[in-house]
Amino acid sequence: MATTKAETQALIDEVLQVYPEKARKVRAKHVAPNDPSLEKSKGCITSNRKSLPGVMTVRGCAYAGSKGVVWGPIKDMIHISHGPVGCGQYSRAGRRNYYTGTTGVDSFGTLNFTSDFQEKDVVFGGDKKLVKLLEEANQLFPLVKGFSVQSECPIGLIGDDIEAVARKSTVDLGKPVIAVRCEGFRGVSQSLGHHIANDALRDHVLGNRDDEEFPTTPYDVAIIGDYNIGGDAWSSRILLEEIGLRVVAQWSGDGTLAEMERTTKVKLNLVHCYRSMNYISRFMEEKYEIPWMEYNFFGPSKTEESLRAIAARFDETIQAKAEEVIARYRAQWQPVIDKYKPRLAGKKVMLYVGGLRPRHVIGAYEDLGMEVIGAGYEFAHNDDYDRTLKDLKEATLLYDDASAYELEEFVKRLKPDLVGSGIKEKYVFHKMGVAFRQMHSWDYSGPYHGFDGFAIFARDMDMAVNSPVWSQLKAPWLADADAPEAAVVNG
Amino acid sequence: MANIIISENSKGLVFYLAKKDLEEQITHLEFNSADRWGGVIELGDGSRYVIDVLDAKPRLPISLRARRESETA
Ligand code: SF4
Repeated sequence: MATTKAETQALIDEVLQVYPEKARKVRAKHVAPNDPSLEKSKGCITSNRKSLPGVMTVRGCAYAGSKGVVWGPIKDMIHISHGPVGCGQYSRAGRRNYYTGTTGVDSFGTLNFTSDFQEKDVVFGGDKKLVKLLEEANQLFPLVKGFSVQSECPIGLIGDDIEAVARKSTVDLGKPVIAVRCEGFRGVSQSLGHHIANDALRDHVLGNRDDEEFPTTPYDVAIIGDYNIGGDAWSSRILLEEIGLRVVAQWSGDGTLAEMERTTKVKLNLVHCYRSMNYISRFMEEKYEIPWMEYNFFGPSKTEESLRAIAARFDETIQAKAEEVIARYRAQWQPVIDKYKPRLAGKKVMLYVGGLRPRHVIGAYEDLGMEVIGAGYEFAHNDDYDRTLKDLKEATLLYDDASAYELEEFVKRLKPDLVGSGIKEKYVFHKMGVAFRQMHSWDYSGPYHGFDGFAIFARDMDMAVNSPVWSQLKAPWLADADAPEAAVVNG
Repeated sequence: MANIIISENSKGLVFYLAKKDLEEQITHLEFNSADRWGGVIELGDGSRYVIDVLDAKPRLPISLRARRESETA
């Protein structure tokens, strides 16, 4: 699509027109046409600012970033949603971090543990309740390896001393109990929750086994920032193992406490989601001299590129194996492209997701001949946009912390063939007659990482875009009517 | 004062200010020898920061405290 920056800017101005002047000024900084020539996003787009009151943001809270994203997937720990019941219950199992193990026996990922705060706990404090809860949970689930206490909003408001409880219970139970101060009101989005969670991992998990003997190899790596959504970490791990590396730890999808504690012994940290785990990677680089690198396992082009870049960090045996693996998988993914590319080529996609996918999946769509015409992040920072600008074409629409209204308007005007975003957006766009895939949870599908994942990704996108339902949206009695658009849009 | 990390990449020294997600190549470091290291830092974007002068070149990356040059110590 040969749009110019001026055209994209005109579209933005038109959409933002409805806001009162002050709000318009603020939002204008967060929506911009892309300029791939820029090295830095500063000056192009503003991000990581507080959402405007009254504007329907789709962001999450710090608790969501800590409990839901970073800590939640550690399967052999119990993560207590400390506070009222809703925060944990309404987000229970929603992220689809797959794990192996028997839920309720040695794994606890999809269960919801909460202290279920009542009025009296808010008035008199909930520390005693927390102690009791920890004891009870430890008794009921003796194979649990540790606990994290994920604070919800009220904990910070009433000033409970959960750190003291954690210290005492760690001794009493003989298992690590880690207090995480991720109250939802902290920061502007779930992003601060990632940071707080990283800091808690740094202080209470990393380094716990530094004195322990552990046989290492020169090929030890850790997968950082892969939450195993629909099995993503598994389809990534297979490739890394096939090129001869030994994956010691998965942070944190299908991860265990022990493997995370042992990460300090690896040779290289492989970072998939930069946004949520760059903090811990930087820390390990400084303290343990473990270098880290970002990689991208979405779509065959990027996967091959990443495999080569990873192998380049090791010796020739790994590099040779990487080439072997790349050659072998070509026979697997080429037919996928041959099948789906003719059905998808030229289709336009708009993305609005979290911290890495708006840039990471671009290559996968391009492998299928599709074009990304709009991209945005809920909670990215400058450094994420720095990494995004180059991957998108000139004048592509960028939107940061977009509101429900803005997304709807942009989609109405740009008319993409597919929108990729979350569950809150899904049905709005379905009703508008636009194909949609959930790009947070893979819409009950996945994995999408690696060569195995790409086949599923391609099938899913085809299923969404080319579904026969999109030709059935017009009511038969309106078949000859002049203004079918309106009938569809108001659905 | 803010916490920063100085690390090294193929192009030289890198300055990282977590609070601002500012990651910039260091274009000039006042003292950069084996026995004197630190002082005024000049970044690719033109901004200037100051760190304490150390009497040995540290192992990188390293976390340090830095202030803007305009701030008084
Ligand atoms: S903002 Fe507070 S109350 Fe809302 S989900 Fe997050 S922790 Fe719970």
